Amino acid sequence: MSGFVSRGFRGRRRPAEGTGGRVPPGQYVEAAFPVLTAGPTPRIDLAEWRFRVAGLVAHPRAWTWEEIRALPPSTFTGDIHCVTKWTKLDTTFTGVSVDILLDAAEPLPVASHAVASSYGGYTTNLPLDDLRGGKAWVVWEFDGAPLPPEHGGPARLLVPHLYFWKSAKWVMGLRLLDHDAPGFWESLGYHNHGDPWLEERYWSD
Amino acid sequence: MAGRAVLERLTWRLARVAAARAETPRFVSLDLEVAGWPGHLPGQHLDVRLTAEDGYQAQRSYSIASAPDGERVTITVERLDDGEVSPYLAGELGAGDLLELRGPIGGYFVWEPALGGPLLLVAGGSGVVPLLAMVRHHAATGSRVPTCLLYSSRSAADVLASGELERLAAAGSGFAVTHTLTREQPPGWDGYRRRIDPAMLTEVGWPPAARPLVYVCGPTRMVEAVATALVELGHDQARVRTERFGPTGG
Amino acid sequence: MDDHDLRVDGNAAAGLLGEVFALEATAAWTTCGGCGAIGQVGALLAYCHGMGAVLRCPGCDTAVVRVANAGGRWWLDLRGARSVRFDPAP
Repeated sequence: MSGFVSRGFRGRRRPAEGTGGRVPPGQYVEAAFPVLTAGPTPRIDLAEWRFRVAGLVAHPRAWTWEEIRALPPSTFTGDIHCVTKWTKLDTTFTGVSVDILLDAAEPLPVASHAVASSYGGYTTNLPLDDLRGGKAWVVWEFDGAPLPPEHGGPARLLVPHLYFWKSAKWVMGLRLLDHDAPGFWESLGYHNHGDPWLEERYWSD
Repeated sequence: MAGRAVLERLTWRLARVAAARAETPRFVSLDLEVAGWPGHLPGQHLDVRLTAEDGYQAQRSYSIASAPDGERVTITVERLDDGEVSPYLAGELGAGDLLELRGPIGGYFVWEPALGGPLLLVAGGSGVVPLLAMVRHHAATGSRVPTCLLYSSRSAADVLASGELERLAAAGSGFAVTHTLTREQPPGWDGYRRRIDPAMLTEVGWPPAARPLVYVCGPTRMVEAVATALVELGHDQARVRTERFGPTGG
Repeated sequence: MDDHDLRVDGNAAAGLLGEVFALEATAAWTTCGGCGAIGQVGALLAYCHGMGAVLRCPGCDTAVVRVANAGGRWWLDLRGARSVRFDPAP
């Protein structure tokens, strides 16, 4: 049915004008914060919560909720991009830089990739370089309030320079590998890297 | 024949809006003419796809409200204030407009007279739409399957097809409707005024021993509460079919 | 809002599954690889959004069917089902 246009339909999107090149190709601006979920929201007891860094590291580490909250916090303010084409501008997340967590575990030289895994079974894979150099956080606050469960609370991974499915909700750890290992959506046709500026949405992009 | 019919129904087609009728302040029925429509079963839905000038597309599913009737298909849409698609369907579209759709879809939440009964239909708000298709098909085929519709709405103004339902109930074909109005009731209302609960299901529906076929449709929370209550009352889970609409509405 | 509001029935994925299967997918029967429960695809708990649909066992939440239309290709993962049975069309 190529070419058919629904008379008078615009959709709810906000035009990208005035956003000065902040909106990646194929995206539209969304004021809300849509909830996309692949399963039930895990109920996590904070006393049992852990974040682990394991795999190809010299010192596998685990942090309790109190321990991770005691690390030097940092805040990301910026835009996030979902592969389903919405971009949300000017979000603020607070947590700890993944650099601090990786430094404590000391990745081995052969470590090139990681798989982030979550309570509830979700996984996503990333090159290690995309987790280092101030590009990734484990966050527990969104817009100044505790991260709501439907958005990944108590804590989620935040890797805002990649499509948002890489920012694993309910994150529980990173496993470092010497190869790429497709995660939940990557094994179902989505891109292993996911750079929104190169429109790396799908497997063959 | 079955294979070809299946492939046909997943093709996007252009339907013509024959009429857009306001049913209640928030519900609009769109009477569609769909050339080549292969027919449908009550309970099935269709997918609607809207395309903007710049190619942006939005797609939603809507339950078919009408009994099978050749190439005529009616959907009844609730206009959600913060919706993206429903304000267009239930506010912008008019007679003569074209609408891209595909269907019919869904083989699980369907009823036809051959499946028998007795039939208990439980509706929450817009969840009544696919159940109306069942009721209308029941009437159109002269089915004698005993059928009971338990229909929850916020107020009398929100009730769909109230006159039609009363007429069908009075026709003596074994169809009965019970309303519950949960937020606001008209003066002199002596019916239920609360959410559907186990006591109401026991008073209105059939006992488990009658082994009714049950169809529950509405917001996810309501459907889950009713389905759980039915099983706890002793109904056979395998004879309870649900269609959750997601967070309030459709 | 919580996840209970977001989940729907497998029937909601009928359109997407219908793009892949010639026979009506929501009427097919699956045996859950997690707990062995047998039921129709239409009765699975569905989490559907723009990336795809994940249909989970109502008893144990195992992802029985995962399907995505990713850039014009359909990807299907049925590893969560021990078996899938399609009966002939009536």
